[in-house]
Amino acid sequence: MITIATAASAAYIVAALLFILALDGLSHHETAKVGNAFGIAGMSIALAATIALAVDRRIEGIGLVLLLVAMLIGAAIGLWRARVVEMTGIPELIALLHSFVGLAAVLVGWNGYLQVEGDPGGAEAKSLNALGTLGIHHAEVFIGVFVGAVTFTGSIIAYLKLSARMKSAPLVLPGKNLLNLGALVLFVALTVWFVISPALWLLVVVTLLALALGLHLVASIGGGDMPVVVSMLNSYSGWAAAASGFLLENDLLIVTGALVGSSGAYLSYIMCQAMNRSFLSVIAGGFGIEAASGSQEDLGTHRETTVDEVADLLSSASSVVIAPGYGMAVAQAQYGVADLTKALRDKGIEVRFAIHPVAGRLPGHMNVLLAEAKVPYDIVLEMDEINDDFADTDVVLVIGANDTVNPAAAEDPGSPIAGMPVLRVWEAKDVIVLKRSMASGYAGVANPLFYRDNSAMLFGDAKDQVTAVIAGLH
Amino acid sequence: MIVGVVKEAAPGETRVAATPSTVRQLLDLGYDVVVEPGAGEQSSFADQAYADAGARLGDPLAADVVLGVNALAPEQRDRLHEGATVVGILAPALHPELVDDLARRPITALALDAAPRISRAQSLDVLSSMANIAGYRAVVEAAHVFGRFFTGQVTAAGKVPPAKVLVCGAGVAGLAAIGTAGSLGAVVRATDPRPEVADQVKSLGGQYLSIEDPSAEVSATGYAKEMGEDYKQREAQLYAEQAADVDIIITTALIPGRPAPRLITADMVASMRPGSVIVDMAAANGGNVEGSVAGEAVATANGVTIIGYTDLAGRLPAQASQLYGTNLVNLMKLLTPGKDGQLVLDEDDVVQRSIMVTRDGQLRWPPPPVQVSAAPAPTASPPPVEATPEKAPLTPGRRLAIVLGAALVLFVLLAISPAALTVHLTVFALAIVIGYYVIRSVHHALHTPLMSVTNAISGIIVVGAILQIGQRNTAITVLAFVAILLASINVFGGFAVTRRMLGMFARS
Repeated sequence: MITIATAASAAYIVAALLFILALDGLSHHETAKVGNAFGIAGMSIALAATIALAVDRRIEGIGLVLLLVAMLIGAAIGLWRARVVEMTGIPELIALLHSFVGLAAVLVGWNGYLQVEGDPGGAEAKSLNALGTLGIHHAEVFIGVFVGAVTFTGSIIAYLKLSARMKSAPLVLPGKNLLNLGALVLFVALTVWFVISPALWLLVVVTLLALALGLHLVASIGGGDMPVVVSMLNSYSGWAAAASGFLLENDLLIVTGALVGSSGAYLSYIMCQAMNRSFLSVIAGGFGIEAASGSQEDLGTHRETTVDEVADLLSSASSVVIAPGYGMAVAQAQYGVADLTKALRDKGIEVRFAIHPVAGRLPGHMNVLLAEAKVPYDIVLEMDEINDDFADTDVVLVIGANDTVNPAAAEDPGSPIAGMPVLRVWEAKDVIVLKRSMASGYAGVANPLFYRDNSAMLFGDAKDQVTAVIAGLH
Repeated sequence: MIVGVVKEAAPGETRVAATPSTVRQLLDLGYDVVVEPGAGEQSSFADQAYADAGARLGDPLAADVVLGVNALAPEQRDRLHEGATVVGILAPALHPELVDDLARRPITALALDAAPRISRAQSLDVLSSMANIAGYRAVVEAAHVFGRFFTGQVTAAGKVPPAKVLVCGAGVAGLAAIGTAGSLGAVVRATDPRPEVADQVKSLGGQYLSIEDPSAEVSATGYAKEMGEDYKQREAQLYAEQAADVDIIITTALIPGRPAPRLITADMVASMRPGSVIVDMAAANGGNVEGSVAGEAVATANGVTIIGYTDLAGRLPAQASQLYGTNLVNLMKLLTPGKDGQLVLDEDDVVQRSIMVTRDGQLRWPPPPVQVSAAPAPTASPPPVEATPEKAPLTPGRRLAIVLGAALVLFVLLAISPAALTVHLTVFALAIVIGYYVIRSVHHALHTPLMSVTNAISGIIVVGAILQIGQRNTAITVLAFVAILLASINVFGGFAVTRRMLGMFARS
């Protein structure tokens, strides 16, 4: 006998499977679009089933109206933002979206409290009590609110930093690791207290505590570590959803939350590996704070080159590799770079891109920018795919990248970035570095690449210089 | 000021200190340039080409700055006017009598070949630029005499094995020789007392033969040093083995200011196959090879040719002149900070101080030693950072222990939790594992779309809020309304932006 409730459960399982298929589809370019469609299908089924379930639970008429109105408004805002966002602004958008999930989790948690703990005589509380899970519900409310609130403020700070509305330098409070640790200990203590005797003020305190922790956690991490932070927040938003799932005893939320949570965690892990740092050291922040050792030593003089020389060099090359970094995104140079690629390929020159895992401010940021500018994705290679080919490359163009091409990481054991895997661009015959000035990169480490015999600097705005080089090619 | 370019007086010298293109660069620095008629003849630069570049033809010795390749002949020196500056490859360490003579005259003499080997001075390091050419030419000379292909081939007329080339000393000349021989298709091996050059040899396609030595040293001066007895024995053994095996040997071992070390003995030469070729690039300084004659190619009794040409760089006169001319232009740039045609010497600059032999008749040679580091010397290296503990790969035992530990924790957690929660925890644990495996195969380029799609599906939290809204409690309804609104932005925005991004990825 099919009831609405059993039908909804069935729909949830189908939706969860569709979500898994969606993530699986994103493994490859060929199946990515289908994957996204699976995700949309899963979400539609889940929403339809839930609304049906809500109606079945005799939702008030006004409630149903409000529900639809809220969804319509949300959909309108979401679709509008998605349509107008610049591809260079994707990191900010994603950070902002994370904050919404965080805030929604906080609200759902609060509602859970109001429904059960705030109404001890209510039907829900009674049924939970009968099952003996009332204490667990207390804990779930608390954990859900905590994770949601950390995600919320953390994402807001990440958004502000990424959109340059806030200084991206790390905030350094005295004993900041102790502050973080203390907040966690306090949270555990409060949870125990709340489970024993739930009270509204405890919930308020933990919400404030979590908001402050999220704020401090991300504020103390610098701009260059943002790929890790954003994927970490992605993970948190998943755990927040999963916590809400436990609270509401909803398996769909648990499954989805866990999927998102582990995906974000895995991405963070990849990013940390790419910087040769442990996750904890990124969270504890402080890359740029460590003394930039070795920068005093005389690295020699750099050689400055001109647009014409670069154009000559490129025309006589047979293979060119372009290594872009955050600077390309800042200068919005991706279209110029794509035109340059096309011009060179038309001349029969092999052009490929070398993407460092932490280039940009989001995992895969460079790929999206290059795709936006219609650079074919099969010539955009990742570090491990291309690192052995630099020795056979005639010219490497480094556009707005610094730390990710720093030979000190590979050669100077005393360097703060020692051991970080980097693009070995210096093995190429010639290296042209497009840069605004001789300033150091995010890590504050001097880059010996600029002083090598086979390197030349082309100073100026990347977009203008690339355009000039294209003109020089003709 | 006027810059003069002399026609080289030394017999057999084919190079010239300026080419039409470097003349243009000198003019850009504000100088007037006078070129001696016929100066570029041997390097295939006609007088007219200099004139077209903007130089005057005339007497260079009357100029303020006189550029030459070699030291001026005594009669040329006599014609210099007071206060003149002469620049060239003077080799002051090898010619004390020349230094004495220069110091007796009211002139300034700069020895370009004395530039220190620091990064900043690389653009005027004439020894490197000449050694590069000489290394190339050494291979060409060897190939010319060698009666076979360098490259291995399988043809209808039979199989041709590739030539085996041994390069002794992987300095600039050695590396150039390795690269050239490799690009002709030969199997190239190289030796050098400095173990740090192994990578450079490899990068040019050569095989580095190490003379194993526990006390292997990192050079502090950028040049190889003379080595100890014990080391020499091992070295001799290696060379003896190689000599019997290879077809071509190119020796480049030079220690500045000393006779060249003897690497290849007559016995080793005798052990080589007939038709083999040896190029001794150190022949001018006594030779690395027993039996080599400076400036000549000699054949031994067993049919081995030993080439001892001392003018290898000069055998590519146009190329050598161009690189030398550019070295000089870079020096002039350093000495002309105002780009106004005024030569300014600064003795506080270690590069300028190092090349100064005399200044206005005052002896300035030898200069104070410069600590040079091609690779950071051990003493100069930063205080040892605590060696980052290598992350030991997990042994199967430890891995098992970790998994069992995690399983135990999970077991305890599930065992004490009520039945209703167990189901959810099971689902939760399995979903994490599935998530991990699904994400692991995601293509790196799709990480951003992945994040936005997971973002969209984490908007699933809307489900929770939908079930809370409208359940007869105003406060809850209000909060749920906000939650639905926010989560909906995520759901719709996330999927839409993913769609937009994925639409952009296109294959070529």
